[in-house]
Amino acid sequence: MHPILGNLRRLSLYLLAWIPLAAILFYLLALPGGLKWTHALAMAVPLCLLYAFMCLSAWYSCRSMPLDSTGFSRLALTHLVTAIILSAIWVLQARGLTIALASFSSFRGIDQKFFPNHPLLFASGVLIYLLAVALHYVLLSMERTRELEKREIQARVLARDSELKALKAQINPHFLFNSLNSISALTSIDAGRARDMCIQLADFLRKTLGMGEKTVIPLREELDLVRSFLAVEKVRFGARLSVGEDVASEALDCAVPPLLLQPLVENAVAHGISNLTEGGWINVKVSCKEMAEKGRLELPEPANGRSNLVIQVDNNFDPEMPRRRGSGVGLVNVRQRLTTRYGDRASFSAQAENDQFRVSITLPVEKMEAKK
Amino acid sequence: MNGEAARTLTAVIVDDEELARAVLREMLKKHPEVEILGECANGFEAVKMISERKPDLLFLDIQMPKLDGFEVLELIGADIAVVFATAYDQHALRAFEVHAVDYLLKPVAPERFEAALERAKQRIGQPVSPPVNELAAAMREPGQYSERIVVKDGARVHIIPIGKLDYVEAQDDYVALASQGKKYLKQQTISSIESSLDPKNFLRIHRSYLVNLERVSKVEPYGKDSHVAILNDGSRLPVSRSGYARLRGVLDGQNP
Repeated sequence: MHPILGNLRRLSLYLLAWIPLAAILFYLLALPGGLKWTHALAMAVPLCLLYAFMCLSAWYSCRSMPLDSTGFSRLALTHLVTAIILSAIWVLQARGLTIALASFSSFRGIDQKFFPNHPLLFASGVLIYLLAVALHYVLLSMERTRELEKREIQARVLARDSELKALKAQINPHFLFNSLNSISALTSIDAGRARDMCIQLADFLRKTLGMGEKTVIPLREELDLVRSFLAVEKVRFGARLSVGEDVASEALDCAVPPLLLQPLVENAVAHGISNLTEGGWINVKVSCKEMAEKGRLELPEPANGRSNLVIQVDNNFDPEMPRRRGSGVGLVNVRQRLTTRYGDRASFSAQAENDQFRVSITLPVEKMEAKK
Repeated sequence: MNGEAARTLTAVIVDDEELARAVLREMLKKHPEVEILGECANGFEAVKMISERKPDLLFLDIQMPKLDGFEVLELIGADIAVVFATAYDQHALRAFEVHAVDYLLKPVAPERFEAALERAKQRIGQPVSPPVNELAAAMREPGQYSERIVVKDGARVHIIPIGKLDYVEAQDDYVALASQGKKYLKQQTISSIESSLDPKNFLRIHRSYLVNLERVSKVEPYGKDSHVAILNDGSRLPVSRSGYARLRGVLDGQNP
């Protein structure tokens, strides 16, 4: 949609801006040009109105040649040639108008009188068109900025929304109440351990609460959160819970959305360990995969030659237990947040095979920026 | 039983978390009249211990490995006063539907525990045993069908996933559940089993037979106006006239 033609208010403003131009043309035609002032007025007004609309066509060439991606010579040449052509057409139109007007008695001789003014008209035509080009570039960039702002706000609202959902899911009542029950048991058995567990629980909750405000955190912090979560669960499950961690050191500083890994581990505890009499295991594996491995089908091709962060959480479970209600809500939430943030640059899969469950996440590697 | 002995109460604690059992154990310590027969960490152990030791009172967690609390209750049935102890109250309604004496929320408050124990003492000796099929119905969330059936055989527990159930046969007060060439007896009516199974997969073909439709290989006429259904494993099940009409309806619907 044309930014001026498509908007009545802008069109009126634009035409208003032409009034001084028309006045200048009138002045030039009447004084140095030697036309009678009535003649000058009769020429200047329709000519300006006509050219005002002709100049609006600059939008099309401006749009097809964005300032930042077009070479200067091509830019200058194209707009200059267009200016010359449009201005020439304008002069021809002026010539036509004078001839038409000359047939009226009060305008007799205007065609000869106007003829010497053609170079002046042509020059101002070129100049005005170039001004119009500049105006359209300004409008285009304004529009683009507004579009970007809108999209950014939208993304931010979505992200905040999903953080909120994540946080709500985070404070899992089972986890909280069972932990409190463990503390209550420990108070008379081992007061020292009860205090330790209070501290671990507080530590975990504090870390969780801090995360809602951030859009990304270093993987290091997320792993920290996972460890505090598992420390609390370890008190509940004792020897039943065993955890393996294999994290590539270069992955530690990668930026990830907060609460990406923790819900996966929580899911593994709730649907794996807690159903296994003899206990179970959870393995967290994080690595950076370079472009060389892009041939593997499950990895989306990293953009611009960058590498992917691959996160894998494995756990065992009892396939004979019926699935509990509410299972998988945490996983769905993680998947949605990945899609919101990365689109198709990230992938998520969750699959069960025999007595093993695996969640794999691939997302583009982004290093944390320095603190603002 | 004379009056002296009736005053002692026997109890079993069932919870998969050691610390959760410890809380209850500690609270019971103040009551010398209650003897703890044992503690169990999962549903299988619980069923075994309860059928062997026959306690008066059961403290039962709901989310546990192997069998959940409701399944344990379904298998041990009558005569035991049950107090549920769980972290989250999403199960409260179901707990009372299965006639639990009380329902404790973790962390357990001592006063609540005392109240529950008091109620349990009153309940013991006048058992209200819910009919088993009522239990089974309460176990299900509305609109959901069972994913597995639990059967007790002495102190052993069998779990039959619905996908492995071939057919169900009514036998007096029992039903025989046929799965992979074996039959398991359970005290339940065929109608209550039928209502717990997805009607898309299971069809009542006879007053006494409920069949897994995936197992039916063909249906042949048998006698004057009855039929017989032949399953993949060769079993032959009688099909009544109305059962045949239902079966035709389903099979025709599948292959138009």
